[in-house]
Order: sequence, then structure tokens, then C-alpha cells
Amino acid sequence: MEIQTHNDSYKIPPAGSRAERRERTEFGGATLFEKIWDKHIVKTIDDGPSVLYIDRHFIHEVTSPQAFTGLNKRGIKVLRPHQTIATADHNVPTLNQHLPIKEELSRLQVEALIQNCHEHGVELYGLGHPFQGIVHVIGPELGITQPGMTIVCGDSHTSTHGAFGAIAFGIGTSEVEMVFASQCLLQSKPKLMRINIEGELNKGVVSKDIVLYILSKITSSGATGYAIEFAGSTIRSLSMEARMTICNMSIEMGGRCGLIAPDEITFNYIKGKPLSPKEEQWQVSLNKWKTLYSDTDAVFDKEYYFKAEDIEPMITYGTNPGMGISVSATIPTVDTINENDKSGLAKSLTYMGLTQGAAIKGQKIDYVFIGSCTNSRIEDLRLVASFIKGKHKADDVEVWIVPGSKQVEAQAIAEGIDKIFEEAGFMLRQPGCSACLGMNEDKIPAGKYCISTSNRNFEGRQGAGARTLLASPLTAAAAAITGFVTDVRELLN
Amino acid sequence: MSFELASLNSKLINRSQVNKMKALTTILSRFVPINIENIDTDQIIPARFLKATTKNGFGKNLFRDWRYYNDDESKTRADFPLNMSQFDGEILVAGKNFGCGSSREHAAWSILDYGFRVVVSSFFADIFKNNALNNGVLPVQVSEAFLQRIFLQDNNTELTIDLEKQTITIISTGEQEHFDISSYKKTCLMNGYDDIDYLISIKEEIQKFELEKL
Ligand code: SF4
Repeated sequence: MEIQTHNDSYKIPPAGSRAERRERTEFGGATLFEKIWDKHIVKTIDDGPSVLYIDRHFIHEVTSPQAFTGLNKRGIKVLRPHQTIATADHNVPTLNQHLPIKEELSRLQVEALIQNCHEHGVELYGLGHPFQGIVHVIGPELGITQPGMTIVCGDSHTSTHGAFGAIAFGIGTSEVEMVFASQCLLQSKPKLMRINIEGELNKGVVSKDIVLYILSKITSSGATGYAIEFAGSTIRSLSMEARMTICNMSIEMGGRCGLIAPDEITFNYIKGKPLSPKEEQWQVSLNKWKTLYSDTDAVFDKEYYFKAEDIEPMITYGTNPGMGISVSATIPTVDTINENDKSGLAKSLTYMGLTQGAAIKGQKIDYVFIGSCTNSRIEDLRLVASFIKGKHKADDVEVWIVPGSKQVEAQAIAEGIDKIFEEAGFMLRQPGCSACLGMNEDKIPAGKYCISTSNRNFEGRQGAGARTLLASPLTAAAAAITGFVTDVRELLN
Repeated sequence: MSFELASLNSKLINRSQVNKMKALTTILSRFVPINIENIDTDQIIPARFLKATTKNGFGKNLFRDWRYYNDDESKTRADFPLNMSQFDGEILVAGKNFGCGSSREHAAWSILDYGFRVVVSSFFADIFKNNALNNGVLPVQVSEAFLQRIFLQDNNTELTIDLEKQTITIISTGEQEHFDISSYKKTCLMNGYDDIDYLISIKEEIQKFELEKL
């Protein structure tokens, strides 16, 4: 058993292996994860992985073409095309989507997706479709993502869907091919971690701050090998959008997936969505979903406890998402930084052009990117709009708002939010991954600072040489108005 | 060998292997050290090179932004190990938490395409580890102390990785460490099988599961 003592929030579990402890508890003491996992095991190979059945498989243009080629070489078709859903998001332009894609390789990738989906009978919400958008935004908003499911996608942020009480994780292209061929994957059961957050959030603090705070405490590899359940009164008080932001970044802690037990908030979100269960089926599903929680005597391999009141608006200063601090704090020095990032601190700060021990507040910003599967849902756009209404962006800052999906875009227009953005000088673009990974033309130039609501601040992630500061939509919007890193609380009444 | 693996063996005999991986048993080679921790897959292969629809040709862009200045192939960074002529071999040795971040399998493809068959680190990110194994690239997880011992060796030192015995040895000093791998994955790697072959072979069981359990 792994024990970390450097973190005072960490509670050491009782003695014995988790399996032994589970046997000792009278009623099984199953975790949410185990309840779903056990139901999806087709078989387990002796001294090997289990064959895990997959309920829903999302695909996109970048990690699927080689998997389709593999199938074609084997002369087989997608086994369960109706459990497979496709969209084009990673590589699409976010302006003039009605025109042919200019960049040839991007166009070929999107065309290959259209062709492959057609040949294999897979539903595609491609460019021009009213359901198109970032794969982790459309699954939930269409009602495809449901509690108790196993969900995979060739994208690491598949963990987002875990907010509904599903086992959802990212896979590589060979695994995409496996799911195509067999609707199954070979998986070893991960260890189980629970992260509890209790209490009420401070003013100006939103769910992105919670997850950046956790990351700063447990580091970017703190949950490698674990499935994480997020629990506690703070989590239960959050909307589905806010919960998705947290599960989305489970992978940034190294977690295999992140889950939250479904509750009334979850059920109300799903009800009435285009592809959610209807009529009698709704009641049947609801009864099943209501059994999905960790039993009170469930045992985890590791548990963390955090207090909501300790969390302030957060921002990252380094080149992995665990390198975060409160906006009002100073950048760590080799003496104050956590062990995990010690050796990389100097390299990170050189890349970022920042200094040990300096304040992050007041750092000049060139770009603001509000988008990505972490923070591009309607609630994020509403939050930004309500904050900037009547304000205008700083002159030398470029601000891009990239909605997560066509539905989010349509809703924003219906609510008149687009007008607020326009008046503030924010540019509302069309749905896609955009500057989150800098695969299309939405790149941040080398050396420029971008405050971004996305999930990764790796070197070059937003464009070669780009410098990314991860933050919440509220903190990003505050920087857009002032032109530098700002403590949003100072601008709130 | 367990019953399951024996039956996998028999099922795959005579089957023409379409995507057959190169089998891997032992490797004796010099190594390329990249003594950096938390190397994410965006560094291994930046997103702008993910536009291909095949698995080949990624090797030339491996660690692209660490190899060249301003994305210019004529401006190599002399201090990056891949550009240093004294380092060579089929083994890449890197700092802990290798392969974190994006799930892109292109990272494993670029490592393989460049000519590496083994990556040694004191810790691997989950998805990368799976992706590597699925492409016949062996992730060897060693202790932090052993990793640091390797980094201390000179550029002529050879390492041997024996998959059957699950050991890694520094030839010049004789220092050796055992590494873990599931026996299923070991059988697959040693024979060049992949999981897809196996899953296709149990299709009837999967269909039965769908009928009975869903
Ligand atoms: S928005 Fe970014 S993190 Fe999310 S799916 Fe797209 S590229 Fe991946």
C-alpha cells in the first residue's frame, strides 16, 4: 500500500489489502466504480487482464483513421455501429465552417472520417450538423452519456463523462480498433481513490479552481493507476457542467478515470435530452441509476480530504497542470515546490519566461482562450457573459470564445450572449477543439502568454513556443478585461 | 502458460496475421538518455503532426520541438540527446512519469518508427504504457535508484533486456533489476500477437454476454 505523508489532507486507510478489507465487510461494501465494472466483465484471463464490455464508443477524425484501416485490412466491419458515435472536432476550423477546409491534411482526415462512418454504418455528427461539437461536450448534451455505462474514446479527456456516474476513459488507436472489432477492451482493474471536498466555495471560486487546486496538491501523477471518485458536499452542490469540468481533468492527475455518483441533479440534466431514455424506459433506467453510489462501508485504496474554504481562484505558472497556485500567491521556488516538480521547475520557468518567487498577479497577457472540453459549455459562456456585461476587453489582448458544440452556440445566440461578447470585443468562433491543442490554425504565437480555460499547459500545446496559463472562465474573463493576470474577486461586487 | 494463453496460441496458428507486431524477446543495445521527468505525449509528438491517416513516418517528428529550433530542420539543438552522435541504440531511457497527457498512440508509433523497441523509466503514464505494448514497444519500469544508475553510465554502455526472465542489466557493471509485466502481455509481445487477435477469437463469448447480461 502506498502511503503519502507529505500531504496532511491524506488519510491513511485501515490495515490490510483492499480485497481483504472488502471481504471483511458484511454487505460487500462495493464502490460506485466496482458496481459498474463488475457488470461489464465478459471474462477474466488467468493472471491477465479482464475483457471489459463497452457500452458507448465515441470517435473523432484524429485517432480513428488508422483503426478503420486496421479493420479493413482484416476484412471486418464495426461490430456494433449503433453503439458508436462520431464527430469532427480536433482538427476543424473555427471560422467559416461552411467552406471547404483549406488545410489539405486536415481536410483529408475529415473526409476519411465521413467515408469510414458511411462504410461502417456509424452515425456521424460532422461539420454542418446541428449536433456537431467537441466529443465530450456532445455526448452529455445529447443524452448519450448515461449513468452506469462504460464509455471510451480515443481521447484522454473521455474521463469527462464520468461526471454522470459512468466508467469513462481515453484509449489509444489500437484500442479503438479493438472496440470496433469486438465492442470490448482488455483492461486491468485500476486501484480506487476517493477525493472528498466538503463545504461551501468562496466567492469567485468555480469548479475549475477546485480541480486545479486538487492537482496542485496531489501533482500531475498523483492518481496514476487509480480510478478517482469525487465526493463530498461541495461536489454534490455542483451543476452537471461544473462536475464535468472536474472529471475532465482527472487524467491530468494521471487517473484512469474520474466518477461522481449520479443524483437528482444528474437525472434532471439527462431528462428530455434528444437521445436519453423516454417514457417507460426512463423509469426503468432511473431505477437502475439510483443504485449507483459507493456503499457506506466501501473501501478505497487511498482517500484525500479537502476543504472548499481553502480554495481560492487558481492559475498555473508552469508546464504541467499540477503546477498551479492561487492567483494571489507567488510562484514557488525550488525550496517550496512539491517533490514531483522540483527537477522540472527551472526548465518550466525558462520556457514560461517567469521567475521563482515572483507574484503571478499582474503578469501581462496577450491572448485569452475560453473553450475546450473543460470549459466551453453554456454555463461557462453564461458565467463569462454575466461578468463582462458592460465591460470591454483590454486593447492589446485578443479574446477567443470557442463554444463546445453547435447546440451551445445556438443557445448562446438564443440568449443574446453573443451580443454581450461582441460589445466586449470578444470573438465568438465556431465549435471545435481549437487552441486547446493547436492542431488547426488557432495557434498562440511563440513567446505569447495565453490565459486558457483548457486543460493542458504543456510546452507547445497551444502552438510551438506558446505560454499557457490555465484558469477558470471567470479568471480568464477578468484577465481579458484588465490585460493581465487578475484576482477576479477584486472585480466582483 | 495458462490454459487461456495456450488456447490463444492455438487459435492464432495458421491465421494470417494482418498487422503482426514484431516479436520481442531479448534486446542488447546501447541507449539514448533523456534525463527529463514528466515527458508528455505533446513533446513526444506535437499535435500538428497528427494529421496523417497511416501509422508510418512519425519517427522523423519524434520530440520535434526539442530537436529543432523554430521548427526548422536545419537548426538542430546540439544539446538534445537525439541529436548527439555519441548516443545511439534501440533503448530510450527517460525520467519518471513518461508519456503523460494526451492518449495519442502516435507517441508510441513515433518511438517505434524512430527505431526504439524499449523505453526505460521509473514510472509510466497508464495510457502510454498500453499504447506501447499494443505496438510491440516494451515499457520497462525500474526503480528510481536503478534509473539514476543508468543515467550515470557512459555512452558506450550497453543494456540487456530479457523479456522471458523479466530482467534489465547494465552490462559493464552487472547491475540487474527485475521488472513487472503481466504474463498475458508477455506472451503477446514474445509472439508478436495483439489484443485484437485475441478479442476477435472470443467473439462468441462476447455475443453470449450481450444476450445474457445486457
Ligand atoms: S478540447 Fe482539447 S482536450 Fe478536449 S477533446 Fe479537444 S483537444 Fe482534447
